[in-house]
Amino acid sequence: MIFQKDIETLPRKEIEAIQLERLKWVVKYCYDNVPLYHQRLTDCGVLDGAKIKQLSDIEYIPFTTKDDFRDNYPFGLVAADMKDIVRIHASSGTTGKPTTGVYTKEDLDIWSDCVARVACAGGVTPDDIIQISFGYGLFTGALGLHYGMEKLGATVIPASSGNTQKQLMMLRDWGVTGIVATPSYALYLSEAMKEAGYPLSDYSLRLGILGSEPCTVSMREQIENNFNIRVSDNYGMTELGGPGVSGDCEARDGMHFAEDHFLPEIIDTDTGKRLGEGEVGELVVTTLTRKGMPVLRYRTKDITKLDYQPCSCGRTHCRMAKTMGRTDDMLIIKGVNVFPTQIENILINIPDIAPHYMLYITRKNYRDSLEIKVEVINEALLDNYQMLDGLKKRIEAKLQSILGLRTKVTLVAPKTLERFQGKAKRIVDLRNQ
Amino acid sequence: MAIKQLSIFVENREGTLVTVTDAIAKAGVDIRAMSVADTNDFGIFRLIVTDIAKAKQALDDANAFVSVTEVVGVAVQDEPGALAKVVKILADNNINIEYMYAFITVSKQFAYVVLRVEDNAAAEKILTEHGITLVTEEDMAKL
Ligand SMILES: [Zn+2]
Repeated sequence: MIFQKDIETLPRKEIEAIQLERLKWVVKYCYDNVPLYHQRLTDCGVLDGAKIKQLSDIEYIPFTTKDDFRDNYPFGLVAADMKDIVRIHASSGTTGKPTTGVYTKEDLDIWSDCVARVACAGGVTPDDIIQISFGYGLFTGALGLHYGMEKLGATVIPASSGNTQKQLMMLRDWGVTGIVATPSYALYLSEAMKEAGYPLSDYSLRLGILGSEPCTVSMREQIENNFNIRVSDNYGMTELGGPGVSGDCEARDGMHFAEDHFLPEIIDTDTGKRLGEGEVGELVVTTLTRKGMPVLRYRTKDITKLDYQPCSCGRTHCRMAKTMGRTDDMLIIKGVNVFPTQIENILINIPDIAPHYMLYITRKNYRDSLEIKVEVINEALLDNYQMLDGLKKRIEAKLQSILGLRTKVTLVAPKTLERFQGKAKRIVDLRNQ
Repeated sequence: MAIKQLSIFVENREGTLVTVTDAIAKAGVDIRAMSVADTNDFGIFRLIVTDIAKAKQALDDANAFVSVTEVVGVAVQDEPGALAKVVKILADNNINIEYMYAFITVSKQFAYVVLRVEDNAAAEKILTEHGITLVTEEDMAKL
């Protein structure tokens, strides 16, 4: 099922026509109502949008960054009258003040449409009973999914997070068919469910809509196996209004972007130049319909690529690949851009090794080198030196074909690499020592 | 008939060697045969010991990465050409030796050799037919 079929299956030409019209609108709207944008649009000569003739003319407009949100905290980027604002969300900043997101009534309406599209694409139907195990509060995730699910017509249980036994009780007793949670909480709940000992047949769970933090393939598979469900991923952030920006369809071959409400671009992180279709770079997003807090060319710091080819599901909106990393995490080794998540995705798919690794970058005689330590876990390999050496060479070859970089793989014994509780620190860069 | 061999993953040669031999000594187990295959990066220690279960437990407790496989133990006359004869018998019967190494202990009459082949049973049968003495787990404990 496609939630807004007429919009989600529009021919590309028509999508672009809508985008151009809305881009002109949002540029003028920002120019007229937000001092920061007024100044910037004046400086770059775009003014109220007179210079925008085609979509690519967006490149004349300067980027908006996380710093702009911080510098204009809390309401400096609000374009609508405060009397028309009906909701304020915020994301907890890891440092300093939170980032605010403000919504008019119309914004909320569009937001629930976008989330309903994502939910529908992820397999949710009006017959489903959805337990929302995101923490409710300032965070956009819980209420975003809540209203989107209701709009779709599903039954919503606002469970919030915490109290594991109660979560499991509701899952069992109330015939819950879908769960919304962060990947890590879903994994935790699924393990707790196994420990609780009730047979899977006591549950009606069939799908999961995960979000608000990156989900690796191995994590997704573990959650799917433990719960015996199908999981889909979605993308969004407070700066862009929360979840609903893009989401997996049944093909799970990239997340469909709500292109009538958001204009995505991929840029080269270093030069800021727009990149072509399929090229990997930083995602930049312009909101096309938001009134409370519109954003022009927001640098998400997420690395991904866009695919405009038709999808087997019938939707025509472009697909964004699962994020490959954050520009903050990007390593430049021998002039090649490398993301730790790229390496992780390669290692996860190689049997005989554990999903733990460490990266060591060193410099000798002005030459960088990357060493990757992985734990070999298949003891059958110990019988034969050639098999162990072959494993090492296979990993090196795979890394070289994907990263375009020669690396040195070192096999180590199981359980010898550090295990991280919170944010993993798998990169040791020794080049400046 | 085959005897059990310990294969231990080696990350750093000196460190692992000390850990392994220490753990085995503390468990009161003797090493009968030993070989090391390594490069700069990693390697494999292979050991034949007097009590495999005890040694495996001690190594697991020491967090060593160990596997147990079966190999063929052969007693060869301690005289020139005796080992070559064993190798030839196997080669003539299309049995490929992946690797071999010698026991530390020798008796007056015999030297003992560990052979790794694909099919232990076939190798044992052929060797026995040619009058070669095989070493059993029990023999080893007595050596
Ligand atoms: Zn699709």
